[in-house]
Amino acid sequence: MRGDDLQKRAATAIVWLLLLGMPFWLPAIGGYTELGSRVVVLGLAAMSLNFLLGYTGVLSFGHAAYFGLGAYGAGMTLKYLVPSTSLGILVGTLVGTLAAAIIGPLIIRLRGVYFAMVTIAFGQTFYFIAFRWNTVTGGDDGLIGWTRQPLDFGFAKIDILHNPVAFYYLILVLFALATGCMAWLLRSPFGRTLLAIRENERRARFLGIPVDQHIWISWVISCCFVSLAGALYALLNNFVDPRALYWTQSGDFVIMAVLGGMRSFWGPLLGAAIFVVLQDYLSSQTQNWMSFVGLFFVLVVLFFPRGVLGIIRRRAAA
Amino acid sequence: MTQLVLFNVFNGLIVGAFYALMALGLSLILNLSGVINFAHGGFLALGGYLAFTLIPYVGFWGALIIAPFLTAILGLIVERVLIRRVYGRDPLYSLLLTFGLAFMFEDGTRYIWGAQSLPFQVPGWLMAPLSNEYFFLTGYRLFMVLMVAIAVIGLFMILGYTRLGIRIRAGTLDLETVSVLGVNVRILRNLNFGLGVYLAGLAGVLAVGQLGLQPTIGASLIMPSFVAIIVGGLGSLPGTLLGGLLIGVASGVTTVFFPSATEAVMYVMMAAVLLVRPRGLLGEEGRF
Repeated sequence: MRGDDLQKRAATAIVWLLLLGMPFWLPAIGGYTELGSRVVVLGLAAMSLNFLLGYTGVLSFGHAAYFGLGAYGAGMTLKYLVPSTSLGILVGTLVGTLAAAIIGPLIIRLRGVYFAMVTIAFGQTFYFIAFRWNTVTGGDDGLIGWTRQPLDFGFAKIDILHNPVAFYYLILVLFALATGCMAWLLRSPFGRTLLAIRENERRARFLGIPVDQHIWISWVISCCFVSLAGALYALLNNFVDPRALYWTQSGDFVIMAVLGGMRSFWGPLLGAAIFVVLQDYLSSQTQNWMSFVGLFFVLVVLFFPRGVLGIIRRRAAA
Repeated sequence: MTQLVLFNVFNGLIVGAFYALMALGLSLILNLSGVINFAHGGFLALGGYLAFTLIPYVGFWGALIIAPFLTAILGLIVERVLIRRVYGRDPLYSLLLTFGLAFMFEDGTRYIWGAQSLPFQVPGWLMAPLSNEYFFLTGYRLFMVLMVAIAVIGLFMILGYTRLGIRIRAGTLDLETVSVLGVNVRILRNLNFGLGVYLAGLAGVLAVGQLGLQPTIGASLIMPSFVAIIVGGLGSLPGTLLGGLLIGVASGVTTVFFPSATEAVMYVMMAAVLLVRPRGLLGEEGRF
């Protein structure tokens, strides 16, 4: 037990060392800082999805909706309300969380494939709103004409717009807050209850646990952090378009979580890293990158259903 | 105004018929095997493109018969080689697998036939309006409704009166018992998948005459099919049919009064159904 604990801490330490040093070692191996930022942002989204998928056992296939709402919330705040990055992030996160909280009661009683289907379909609603409401959202062309603004603390100003490394560290700080919060929740009695629901929902129900309520809370928490990731994604690109809300984006998040390993806390981050780098590489090499991404999905399902970390762990145990 | 409303109701009915045809195939596969086939849209597009390629050789009528069959054969192969491997595993994996397949199908059709929209030739005499006053009532549109009706009746006949259909229905209720009774469940699931894909292929051939031939046609029709299944009720094929027609007509009517909400209205309907009757209009209690 102690050895296991030690191993976990060592893994966490390695992850943080790699993340903190990313702007230094990534360019050395041919990457660029924006790529690192994208990995961290999409990794946050995948980890938030995994809070629901891997730790509560609820199959959501519509998380792109809340990711996109976070993105549009942030972008529209900066464009129409106030040019403030921190406020944009706040509003984006709130919008996504609120939408999830409202939709939650409609779906928490559904399970399995049915839950997946309904979450996808609800996600499409927001896609069509963003796609059709041209005057406000820019429609298919996306929301343009705004940029993230320098952070102003009064005593110091940080130019996150022109300095990608500074922006990377801002993302990392928020990533640390979000993942820290999720890790803390998972270690709390509430998190243990979620695991109990995942392992045996009927038994949890017989023990008197209000299962639907727990799933609703887990759903809202998961969507909250996904909207945060969406807000950061918008700021990273200085642009949002309806594809951030499209159902294929939801599929990308799920594959990231599965690829890295659903039963491990850091797995989805690793999955996001592999996915982002692969997509970046493929789309620069071939026009038919979609086929390769599709093939990649098929291969992961057939040969790596436990994910990279799942396989490593199994090897270590054997 | 009346004419405009009538036009859009009729249009909605046609689009709804496509949704229903596609959703019926999805429903068949979902009910028996518990797999949501994301690649269904890809099969639909393939049906349309195959018909496009076949028309110069066998004519429209030949293509209408052959293309869905070829699509179904590909469906049988895909089920045999890939989908079969994820039965009995967490539904997550079948979702991801068919999701990946959908990507490959869409990109594959784009690779073979090109990204731009292609002209799809329908016999001229079918395209002529039947009435001067109701200009939208072309022969082709009536023909499509008729074909969908025949396909749906045919499907229900198969399910109701043939040995295969009865086994499919029994398997939907309790696959294990059917297996114990000596039915080869692997073959049953395979044929059932093929039947579902056949419906997608047929919908594809009919739809491209109306909606145009593009690689994205499958992706644009699959979400409404999901909504049709949810609105109609999981596990109920008549419900799926009803759901498809309902959302088609609803978006048709919305086009008249509030065009920008054409797509959104079906999702609003879905939310309303889930709120009032979570199992769907004709769904069975406690199935999911």
